[in-house]
Amino acid sequence: MPKQERRKKCRMLGDCTPGQQATIRCHHAVGAIRQRLLDLGFVPGAKIDMVRSAPLGDPVQCKVSGYNVTLRRSEANLIELENE
Amino acid sequence: MPNKKEKILVGLAGQQNSGKSTAFNMLTGANQHIANYPGVTVDKKSGSYKHEGVQVETVDLPGTYSLTSFSLEERVARDFLIKEKPDVIINVIDASSLKRSLYFTFQVLEIGFPVAIALNMMDVASRNGTQIDIRRLQHRLGVDVIPTVGCRGKGKKELRDAILATATRKEGKPLRITYEDLEPEINQLEEMLLMTHLADTHPTRWLSVKLVEGDNEAEKVVVEELGTASIELEKARTIRHNFEQDHFMPVADYMVGCRDKLASSIVESCVKETKTGKANISEKIDALVLNRFAAPIILIATVFIIYQLSIVKGYDLTQYWWPFLAKFRALVAGVLPAPGMLEDPHIRSMSLWMLDSANALLNYIPIFLILFALIAILEDSGYMARIAFILDRMFFAFGLHGQSTLPFILGGVFAGGCAVPGVMATKGIPDERSRLATILTVPYMNCLAKIPFYTLLVNVFFVEYKSWVMLFLSTITIFIALLVARLLTATILKTKETAPFVMELPNYHPPTFFGVGQRAIERTWQYIKKVGTIVVAVSVCVFTLLQFPGIDNQRKEYYETEINKAVVIFQHKIQTSSYAEQFQDETAILDMINLYTVYKAAKLNIRTAKASKKLDANYMKKYAGDFIFLKPKRDKDARIINKAIRGLASKRKALRRQIKEEQIKTSVLGTIGRSLEPVTQWAGFDWKINVAILSSFAARESSVATIGALYQQGADDNKSLEQRISSEISQNQLTPLHALAVMVFFALYPPCLATTIMIKVQTGSYKWMAFSVFFPTALGFIVASAIYSGGKALHLTGIQMMGIFYIFVVALTIVTGFSKSFRKSHTANSNVLEPN
Repeated sequence: MPKQERRKKCRMLGDCTPGQQATIRCHHAVGAIRQRLLDLGFVPGAKIDMVRSAPLGDPVQCKVSGYNVTLRRSEANLIELENE
Repeated sequence: MPNKKEKILVGLAGQQNSGKSTAFNMLTGANQHIANYPGVTVDKKSGSYKHEGVQVETVDLPGTYSLTSFSLEERVARDFLIKEKPDVIINVIDASSLKRSLYFTFQVLEIGFPVAIALNMMDVASRNGTQIDIRRLQHRLGVDVIPTVGCRGKGKKELRDAILATATRKEGKPLRITYEDLEPEINQLEEMLLMTHLADTHPTRWLSVKLVEGDNEAEKVVVEELGTASIELEKARTIRHNFEQDHFMPVADYMVGCRDKLASSIVESCVKETKTGKANISEKIDALVLNRFAAPIILIATVFIIYQLSIVKGYDLTQYWWPFLAKFRALVAGVLPAPGMLEDPHIRSMSLWMLDSANALLNYIPIFLILFALIAILEDSGYMARIAFILDRMFFAFGLHGQSTLPFILGGVFAGGCAVPGVMATKGIPDERSRLATILTVPYMNCLAKIPFYTLLVNVFFVEYKSWVMLFLSTITIFIALLVARLLTATILKTKETAPFVMELPNYHPPTFFGVGQRAIERTWQYIKKVGTIVVAVSVCVFTLLQFPGIDNQRKEYYETEINKAVVIFQHKIQTSSYAEQFQDETAILDMINLYTVYKAAKLNIRTAKASKKLDANYMKKYAGDFIFLKPKRDKDARIINKAIRGLASKRKALRRQIKEEQIKTSVLGTIGRSLEPVTQWAGFDWKINVAILSSFAARESSVATIGALYQQGADDNKSLEQRISSEISQNQLTPLHALAVMVFFALYPPCLATTIMIKVQTGSYKWMAFSVFFPTALGFIVASAIYSGGKALHLTGIQMMGIFYIFVVALTIVTGFSKSFRKSHTANSNVLEPN
């Protein structure tokens, strides 16, 4: 399957709308971004609440294991979610 | 009895916002930063104290989320732990987010150091309904856990006791992080590592775990010590490969999962939530503060309040503060050798020049104290992180970062700030490209010292459009800074490292009076140090360049004869007075004239009738014999003297001004200014403007003083600088268009010397420092030339040209902000792993 299509099929964190909850399946990011996301609790299996997006639409605010983290959509779109 | 050491080394490690700095202050009592804004503590800070006869040296490590090696802070913290081998590591943990903190704790435990845990912010946790079973946590982790409330000093003694206990403890069974299916392989690799000499310098279990995980830094260590073809590296690779074949998932993900499971099980067994389901206070505040519609209003209101309180109210306060500086100057002036009739001793003029330069900056102290206190409140309360959240999208479009907000506010977004603390505050920006772009654009903000120059020109050329022009100046700089940032990040900064915008939004926190005051004073003190060192030193250079070589002897003689004539006239005038014999020799006349000048200057500083009376009484007491000539009242003879003195003093003042102007014109700086005229004429600058611009590099404040010295033809006592320049308008045909070009150039003008030095410190390179000087000069000159030459060619007035220029810049900014090409290139640059 071509890469582009495969990617489109996954549900990414950036696609969530405020109020939705989702579970992380895996990261598409590597290196510093991946580590930073893991450090802040975006571990595979973690439940994420999408809280809101900033007034200009980007970045987004998520709640993960009890605290709030903000990240840009470009980073949120590297986090693949479980299909529910 | 364990052998007691006399001195132990303690490293304080923990995540950002865990209250590490407060814990550090609590332990050592040292003067140090406390903030709620991620990334404030970057420098290594140390302090020491004595506890039960043991000297405890404490180092505050940078706050990092983990001990990997992706950021500078992480590398600093990790290197310290591995290389300095502290006797104890205090891991400061935020009790209200225990689980996330445990990820870090695991990493510290894995390295195998003696660890004690300071469970900080217990008050916040219990307020949120989180109950933590300390004894069970202690049991699970196998290390001492001390509950603390850092900002109130709770748990200080217990923590100090625990440090000593941990340092001397021999047996102890700290928690071992296990990796289930991978354990046999990790152990095998550890055994292999134990055979090498790496075992002497590095914890082998940790090294083994990191190699299996594929950690770059650990691999580097092995390559350096054992070579690229070592069997250990090969083994780690095989382990990874085999595991991924069997489990269909990356090893690293699996290991992260193991740690996460362990952390969850610890949290489950030790933490009880009593208020689940209720939104906490921070979330309630955020619902309003980050609301799509309310957020911009609240943000603008906040910035407006900061502006009102610090700049407007602070400026009012300077009226009370300035007399102290003026008094100090008068005091120094009194001690220095008295002025001569025409020329002053060099020591006097040089010292006063230095003092004036310093005073001009010190005058702003009340403004800075208020400004820095308010910014500390924003940081400590947690709102600063929200500002970054709200504005990131806008900044991002121009290659900047949400966290560029603080540097820009400090630099003076609206009107008034200082680029020095602004550039300093860029330390917290994790993205190298944005950080450099921020450093290079903060100086475009309107620093406080640019304001007097603007005010001067606006009052002369744009009286009827005053507020419009001020609005123009304070907003155009923001647009230009954004455009420049975009230009730089798309060109010379393109290849710089970028970092993701992933940031915690800390819970809101009431700022402490102590913390805010401390930081306000600290930052103001940094500003004062700038005045005390660089500005004063450079002011001497500028003074020298403006004074030498000085006027030639022929001119000197001319001025001598002129003043002698005036003295003769004076003596002639007072002949009829009965006091005439008191003023026979020249020293008596000079003393009297000096006394008169000082008295007049003192009178100028006085506002109330009461203070004026007090001053008179003082003078009467001090100069009993001569006071009658200062205030002759009904004494007819004294009145004659008084009138003659006034005439002589004014003639002397005029002559001194002429000398000064001639001196500047022939001085080194004046020569440079005049030789630049053929080029600068395109921007409409004559040599006087050139000199003012050149001298303002030392500190912008001096530009008004230099202009003041230059525009003085035909000036007598009653004419203000504004009026003098106005009279020049008719002679030299200076137009509002000239003024506009000068003001725009001044807005884009390179940072002052103190700022460039700070740029050197923050970028660590002279290359960027030089760039920060030359680029704005070139840009400013091109823009000023376009405005002046363009306006002249099209026969536009200053205000028309201003409108056209403004519309052009705003339109360009909007177009640039919405263009997509840049955003694409940015994401393409980030590390994306394509699933295959």
